[in-house]
Amino acid sequence: MRLSYPSNIRIIRLPCTGKVDILHLMKAIEQGADGVYVVGCMEGECRFKAGNLRARKRVEYVQKILDTIGVGGERVQMYNLSSGEGPKFAQYAEEMTEKITALGPNPLKRIKDKKVA
Amino acid sequence: MIVAQQKPIEEIIEEIKGYQKILIAGCNECVTVCEAGGKKEVAILSSALRMYFKNQGKDVVIDEVTLERQCDREYLEEIGNRVDQYDAILSLACGVGAQFMSEKYIEKPVYPGVNTCFMGANEARGVWTERCQGCGECILARTGGICPVSRCAKRLFNGPCGGSTNGKCEISKDVDCAWQLIVDHLKALGRLDDYEKLMPIKDWSTERAGGPRKVVKEDVEI
Repeated sequence: MRLSYPSNIRIIRLPCTGKVDILHLMKAIEQGADGVYVVGCMEGECRFKAGNLRARKRVEYVQKILDTIGVGGERVQMYNLSSGEGPKFAQYAEEMTEKITALGPNPLKRIKDKKVA
Repeated sequence: MIVAQQKPIEEIIEEIKGYQKILIAGCNECVTVCEAGGKKEVAILSSALRMYFKNQGKDVVIDEVTLERQCDREYLEEIGNRVDQYDAILSLACGVGAQFMSEKYIEKPVYPGVNTCFMGANEARGVWTERCQGCGECILARTGGICPVSRCAKRLFNGPCGGSTNGKCEISKDVDCAWQLIVDHLKALGRLDDYEKLMPIKDWSTERAGGPRKVVKEDVEI
């Protein structure tokens, strides 16, 4: 398909989004990621039955925590697509990049940068 | 096991916001099983608190430790050599563990990070329900293995009451009537005759009503 998507995205491969842990998402934001999104299979089509549904719950849990502590829950998102939907993968990457660009950099990183300066 | 639930982050922040160095202490026992205060919950809460304070521009050190148990002195001693480094301890153990921590390190303020709820069982993934209130005089032998003290809203000993409808309690249609469960189980055991026997008035002095309780096992005392 040779589709292009924003180069600022770093892909971490997992056997199933059910492998995504709350801590993975928290640590990514704590360590300065501007946003994290989990891309799972379509709901109801998980090879392991409920992996993507569990991932969604964890994403929502992290969103709540980030909102509570003032970092912004929108920085963590969940998307679903099927393995044949390459264009949608690129579209989600664009969407997420736009969303995070609008939100601005991770506030924790800004604080870190200020201290270094 | 003892079932606990993590306190809201806002409440925890409110309690500890005045400190510079905080140790978050989890417990490997009950609170790990009910996913309220084990190693993982300590890591998630610590990460959230570190981010919160950093976002506020505050330089607060938050360290993590998870002890084998917080309700035993020897395990509490594991952090004896580092406790002085901290201004406060946030214990994610049950109320017992948090109190024992506070007694052991009397000079350190200890804050609870969980609400201790009850003694219960793991009904399903992520669901815990109450099964025992530690009344000090177990009557399960007479009630088909179902406890009316913890499971009947009125703690009736000769139930059910008139609020039992279709096997559910009047307090909520989601709550089973303990006495319906008792009758059903006695029937299944072929012991329905036991249901006819009137239970005597319970001596509640062995329960919390008799004041703080103590168990001494002389053969193992040193």
